[in-house]
Amino acid sequence: MKRVYPREEVCMGCKLCEVACIVEHSLSKDIIKAYKEERPRTLSRARVEEEGPVSFSIMCRHCIDPECLEACITGALYRVNGDGPVLVDPRRCVGCWMCVMACPYGSIELDSRNGRRVISKCDLCPDRRMPACVDACPNRALFYEER
Amino acid sequence: MRYLIIGNSAAAIGAVESIRPRDREGEITILSKEPYYAYSRPLITEYIADVFRDEDLTYRGPDFYRENRIQVHLGIKARAVNPKNRVVLTEDGTEHPYDRLLIATGGTPIVPPIKGLDKEGVFTCTTWDDSKAIKALLPRVKRAVVVGGGLIGVKAAEGLYEAGVHVTIVELLPHIMGRILDAEGAYIFEAYLKGKGLGIITGETVVEALGNGRVEGVRLASGDTLPCDFLIIAVGVRPNVEEVVEGSGIRVNQGILVDRHMRTSVPDVYAAGDVAEGDEMLVREKRVIALWPVAYRQGKIAGLNMAGEDREYEGGFPQNTVSVLGLTTITIGFTEPPEPNGYKVLMRRGPGENDYKKLIFKGDVLEGAILVNSIDRAGILTGLIRARTEIGSNKERLLDTRLGLTALPRAWRKEKLTQPV
Amino acid sequence: MALGDRWSNPFCNFIVDRDQDRCIQCQVCVNQCPYEANFYRALDDTVVSDHALCTGCHRCKALCPTSCITIRLNPSEFRPHAVWTERDIKNAYLQAETGSIILTGIGCDRDYPIYFDHILLDACQVTNPSIDPLREPMELRTYLGRKPEAVEFEFRDGKPRLKTQLYPQLTLEVPVMFSAMSYGAVNLNFCEGLSRVATEAGTYWNTGEGGLHPDLYQYGKHTIVQVASGRFGVNKDYLDVAAAIEIKIGQGAKPGIGGHLPGEKVTAEVSRTRMIPVGSDALSPAPQHDIYSIEDLRLLIYALKEATEYTKPVSVKIAAVHNSAAIASGIVRAGADIVAIDGLRGATGAAPAMIRDHVGIPIELALASVDQRLRDEGIRHQASIVAAGGFRNSADVVKAIALGADAVYIGTAAMVAVGCTLCQKCYTGKCPWGITTNEPSLAKRLNPDIAAERLYNLLRGWALEIKDFMGAMGINAIESLRGNRERLRGLHLTDRELNILGIKHAGE
Repeated sequence: MKRVYPREEVCMGCKLCEVACIVEHSLSKDIIKAYKEERPRTLSRARVEEEGPVSFSIMCRHCIDPECLEACITGALYRVNGDGPVLVDPRRCVGCWMCVMACPYGSIELDSRNGRRVISKCDLCPDRRMPACVDACPNRALFYEER
Repeated sequence: MRYLIIGNSAAAIGAVESIRPRDREGEITILSKEPYYAYSRPLITEYIADVFRDEDLTYRGPDFYRENRIQVHLGIKARAVNPKNRVVLTEDGTEHPYDRLLIATGGTPIVPPIKGLDKEGVFTCTTWDDSKAIKALLPRVKRAVVVGGGLIGVKAAEGLYEAGVHVTIVELLPHIMGRILDAEGAYIFEAYLKGKGLGIITGETVVEALGNGRVEGVRLASGDTLPCDFLIIAVGVRPNVEEVVEGSGIRVNQGILVDRHMRTSVPDVYAAGDVAEGDEMLVREKRVIALWPVAYRQGKIAGLNMAGEDREYEGGFPQNTVSVLGLTTITIGFTEPPEPNGYKVLMRRGPGENDYKKLIFKGDVLEGAILVNSIDRAGILTGLIRARTEIGSNKERLLDTRLGLTALPRAWRKEKLTQPV
Repeated sequence: MALGDRWSNPFCNFIVDRDQDRCIQCQVCVNQCPYEANFYRALDDTVVSDHALCTGCHRCKALCPTSCITIRLNPSEFRPHAVWTERDIKNAYLQAETGSIILTGIGCDRDYPIYFDHILLDACQVTNPSIDPLREPMELRTYLGRKPEAVEFEFRDGKPRLKTQLYPQLTLEVPVMFSAMSYGAVNLNFCEGLSRVATEAGTYWNTGEGGLHPDLYQYGKHTIVQVASGRFGVNKDYLDVAAAIEIKIGQGAKPGIGGHLPGEKVTAEVSRTRMIPVGSDALSPAPQHDIYSIEDLRLLIYALKEATEYTKPVSVKIAAVHNSAAIASGIVRAGADIVAIDGLRGATGAAPAMIRDHVGIPIELALASVDQRLRDEGIRHQASIVAAGGFRNSADVVKAIALGADAVYIGTAAMVAVGCTLCQKCYTGKCPWGITTNEPSLAKRLNPDIAAERLYNLLRGWALEIKDFMGAMGINAIESLRGNRERLRGLHLTDRELNILGIKHAGE
């Protein structure tokens, strides 16, 4: 399957991938509204890690053998068609954080702002041909491809 | 091929989900003692106070069984395995034949020798039915005593607390949550929970349930008494082996002994989950690890092998995520060095009041971690423990409040982030 | 607050105008500004700017996802004064603070006449046909190097064979090469982009005096290596792998001035490539200390030819100065195969602003006079002429060729192609576009893949336009345009200027 791969050699830590992710997963899909009006603001499922000159954007790897799926106690995490993207059904997530403990890439976002605990994670942007983060990267530091 | 699975929780589901994609034709039968489709056992305590409702507890609903063409017998207890005839006998007298059998009967609550436990108002708390029964009595309950400050005890106390009951935990060890936390972490939890108004008595035990027909109080070992109209016994679970294994010739230690393929000592019989005693990765011995992700994983490995693949279990290790009244901890692997020499321990308190982080290294390899309150990205540590990644000089960096992959060797990222994993 | 701050800051050059209604506090501008002009104020969850720190590079504006930033010139002006311009006043303030030479980057930004903008090209009408470059072949191929006095043939087995021994040549598929930009002044990502495109497009890039990084040896066939006054990175492999060798005497941005790469820019990789210790200042002396005469230059030219067994052309690069024509003649007579002349508008990573802006002459005048002088002396064929310093577009290239150049070097244009906005702060080593910086976190902003694509596109675009110009003039080989000043006309030029340029005025 196609996955998003970061290329840390050319990631410049601008974090436009995070902005694009937030906008794509907002209600309005409008950048100004997503940031200024929607509360609480959607969390970015891509996360730019930075340390000195090292930077890269990391999001769910959609692992071949996902640890999060095994740890999920409610079945909120599932895999599309057996080998597709690993997705979360937020209605079934109870915020037990088992997947947070399991994910070796730290790519599950905790969200307890809305009065209930729920996770969010990369869904590879089902409404788009290309994930928003990849499209938004100004320096081709993210690739969406079959490897 | 006829697959028979005794049990219907994480390990059983793990097995089904690895068998079915590989064997579209085989018959899969599940025998479940409990009258429910697979549910989220860890949530039953929160069901007590209506934090979670029926639908929240669904782990795999009826659709799952239908789509995977599973013959599921709910509320039917298995009684004996007959490996010679390759059948499992159930309570109702039916014989269920199998070609491959998975025993995933889980755990059974340990009931300590306390006098007077036959009284009304005394419960264990390991099944949905337990919490339903507790819930039904709630309107008449004001004060509860929970015997055992382990994971189940603390979670049961939380459930009752949230339902408005005054709860006191009585723990024999010096600290609550002693099996999943070190003293420091346990201290943080105790202070936090006491601050919320929970009663916690440590280094003490209940010797007798008092009352006349109904429980009215408990007597402690010290002779003191505590009034209560509700008593929950939550001192732990042990592998539920006697239910089906007796007389079958399957080798048992604490739990059913399994090899790396999750095979028991009897051909074509596998075991997984809380009933199994399989490889522990860190102590490198057979251990019962009664935890959800471990159960699923073991079930999955068992299923793969039952379906004809050759797949070895890499061994499990303790992994706990616990939230009690809003305070969360994740602990992975050792919480204390297992021996004084050869281990390096790094610790940090703060910056938040309840923030605590502890890492235990053996040489360059992480073997244990405790995170209290700040648990973001804890899985990175789990991954390091599982993969036995050589951390090198970056150990201190794993203590950072902002734990990240930049702390890992570049070669690690090169390997993990540039190809499917 | 230091006195200096009080004097300089209120008179900042730019205003970072932020539309707070559109600013989403994403902080992309904050993380992209290496001068820390934008910052996040947690107190009121606002991103704000310190205008005084803005260099006008436009990086923040370019990456702002809501286009909420406009960089404006500071509208606050000094009291008008015909003599004392704002630049003069600010320079005086700055030097009163620092007591130092004022440094700058890029090329001269003063409004000296750009002769290219006063030269117009010819086109065919009625009496001779123009050519459609989409339908007919157009030859841009150019050979650089010494040409023989005459070509002799002999017949063997009834077939003609070339009897003359030809000199080594560089073959250009487009008469545009990349100027000398040293690794150190620019980073390896940019060098990689240049070298890849030179190889792909069939032209050459030039190492400058920064040596050749081992990773780039694979592009040696399209590399011109420099031997400059500091001799950085010069060794046998370096000379052997190259397509041509260039002796650098001077550069247009700072004629007569040496170079200084500060020690902090000498990273491990730069050190390896330049063959100097990490962290040591790389000082290029003003002159080549073994060249005090044309005779000395001849010794070096032939030393290099000997070292490489006469297999590659040797170029000599000079800055365009008052007597360039005479110097060029000497260079050709000293045995150079190529003379590169770098004009007043040529750029640099770091130069004293006064030198940059006041020393040297425009390339158009130097080129025309050098070409004429070599023709007059009958030695034009002995060397090719490469013009450099301020080529902005294909029209400049075509005009330069008609004035007598064989090919041109572009430097600034190549940097602009990969993002440069001419903020002139190259000397700080903090190039926000990742070009003139070796700070790893900034250098990685230049993705060599993207750089290579953009540079290739630029060359391709120019090549198409050059063919268009040629077609319009009815010329189907660029050779026919070289020195063809009859196809040029001047506009708004004095007789003297027209004379030097060797062209007629428009209407003549």
